[in-house]
Amino acid sequence: MSVLVFIDTAEGHIKKSSLEALTYGADVAAQLSTGASAVVLGSVNDDLTALGKYGIQKIYHATDETLNQFDAQSFTKAIAKAIETANANVIIFSNNANAKALAPRLSARLKAGLVAGAVALPDTSNGFTVKKSVFSGKAFANISVNTDIKIISLNPNAYKITPKEGTAEVVLFNAGVEASKVKVTNVTKASGDVPLSEAEVVVSAGRGLKGPENWGMVEDLAKLLHAATACSRPVSDADWRPHSEHVGQTGLAIAPNLYIAIGISGAIQHLAGVNRSKVIVVINKDPEAPFFKAADYGIVGDAFEVVPKLIESVKKLKGVA
Amino acid sequence: MKILVCVSKTPDTTAKIAFTDNNTKFDTNGVQWIVNPYDEWYALVRAIELKEADAATIIHLVTVGTPDADPIIRKALALGGDEAIRVNADSHDSFYIASQIAEVAKQGGYDLVFTGKETIDYNGSSIGGMVAELLDLPYISLATKFNIANSTATITREIEGGEETCEVSLPLVVSCQAGMAEARIPNMRGIMAARSKPLKVVEPIAVEALTAISGFGLPPAKAGVKLVDADNVDELVRLLHEEAKAI
Ligand SMILES: Cc1cc2nc3c(=O)[nH]c(=O)nc-3n(C[C@H](O)[C@H](O)[C@H](O)COP(=O)(O)OP(=O)(O)OC[C@H]3O[C@@H](n4cnc5c(N)ncnc54)[C@H](O)[C@@H]3O)c2cc1C
Ligand SMILES: Nc1ncnc2c1ncn2[C@@H]1O[C@H](COP(=O)(O)O)[C@@H](O)[C@H]1O
Repeated sequence: MSVLVFIDTAEGHIKKSSLEALTYGADVAAQLSTGASAVVLGSVNDDLTALGKYGIQKIYHATDETLNQFDAQSFTKAIAKAIETANANVIIFSNNANAKALAPRLSARLKAGLVAGAVALPDTSNGFTVKKSVFSGKAFANISVNTDIKIISLNPNAYKITPKEGTAEVVLFNAGVEASKVKVTNVTKASGDVPLSEAEVVVSAGRGLKGPENWGMVEDLAKLLHAATACSRPVSDADWRPHSEHVGQTGLAIAPNLYIAIGISGAIQHLAGVNRSKVIVVINKDPEAPFFKAADYGIVGDAFEVVPKLIESVKKLKGVA
Repeated sequence: MKILVCVSKTPDTTAKIAFTDNNTKFDTNGVQWIVNPYDEWYALVRAIELKEADAATIIHLVTVGTPDADPIIRKALALGGDEAIRVNADSHDSFYIASQIAEVAKQGGYDLVFTGKETIDYNGSSIGGMVAELLDLPYISLATKFNIANSTATITREIEGGEETCEVSLPLVVSCQAGMAEARIPNMRGIMAARSKPLKVVEPIAVEALTAISGFGLPPAKAGVKLVDADNVDELVRLLHEEAKAI
């Protein structure tokens, strides 16, 4: 019996959210007095042995040609094979776009209970219960898993990465999966280098900015803070910004360390996607804007005056000219 | 082409979230129910658009729920779709629900199964993947665009920090989100027509649930906002740096 963590990659590099999953998996293993290993599929450019510092002893690396492209069906089969080899009974994913396809497939394949969107370590004092986010972050639920094999998909930014010492042993294997039925024809990256779902800092703006031509200052501030940019729904609906930036109940749900909301009223559907942020800063000219009730810090003022000042002030802090 | 669209009933996005029975049940008192927005706005409307492009397309809706889901199904039918199937069961276990949908899908022989990205209450984002695995079909999750020509679908899906486009042959399962279609409002004709569309009720197959909800909780309330003067932006930056340690 052991813990197995799925390591997700993009263009051969390990995603940050997978490091959270590794740390979490190692802590679950410690809690269950067992060991933790990991599985990675397809070609990887990063040094896998170095992942030992997240508490993982062994990494199963499947090298089948077909696994160089993501396909939930073949990936699920390969992960199932690794689970068998590792004799694992707790499987950990980071609840990102790929995991939202993989974890449920695996759950159905193995008849193993899945907790999607976990936010804390399992409670093993009486059975196996995991806390997860529900009602778009407005509440949480404790889910008890009744099956021998348990699958946990951990929300991004819900668990702190704590590297220690150690190296992992890499075990190559052939998953023997047949050719994938899905052919990936194109990959496009959104503007900016920080993926929104993984960003520590997010700078977001709403209809208060009046038009797409005013987003320069939002991007400048984001760049300074190494942040991703986001927006409210009417902004993406009006095509001022791409749909991929839309956060909220019907957009992406995020949980950054810092969320800066500029000219966003704070409608309940918007809050649903950002209320798991650790620190919320609101800049709005209306002191009655509902967003102030959900904020940690706020400035009542005109974004077109406040944001340029904020940029200057952050530059001072960071010592940039 | 035959499309199965999975629709679920969820509390309105502005519903007050509270719990009863010692925090083990969602408090439905005063809650307005709606069709889960992803199912209605994206999955169903995209299916309707495909039917508008090819009149031979047949759209069935499926929901797993109790009779109080019927008004929601009628509401979805008012937008479009030919008939609906309700599996008469009450469960919050994703695997249980997915097993019922997979059974309906097997019986109906669909080319395409559409789900929403997730339910806005239990946020599993799980049903589609489970249905696909149970049917041994490809699954494209979080689709933002879907087109079809000669039984081959071209689909764009969300990935971290971008999008990926792929090609897959039917049959397959797709979960749908923003970008797939523009939300529509049902018109009077649709509402009238929905009244006479068939709504079949079938009994569930026997399936063991894999998980159970043992309790709910609410996150701790915020301490309250600290307001900084608009003329003193430096102070905000200082607080974010020194107090919140966020920058
Ligand atoms: C079912 C459903 C789902 C929804 N899902 C989402 C979702 O996922 N995400 C989402 O965002 N919305 C969603 N909405 C829409 C939501 O209800 C709000 O309409 C939306 O969030 C408002 O966007 P906004 O704050 O940018 O615009 P507005 O509500 O128009 O607010 C603009 C704000 O900018 C302020 N402002 C104006 N000028 C300035 C200035 N110069 N400087 C500073 N502040 C200024 C104003 O005081 C105001 O508070 C949903 C709605 C429904 C019904
Ligand atoms: N009870 C249900 N009946 C029919 N479809 C459902 C049901 N629950 C969820 N779905 C579908 O599965 C999608 C994902 O749901 P979930 O995995 O619960 O987040 C939803 O958007 C619906 O399309």
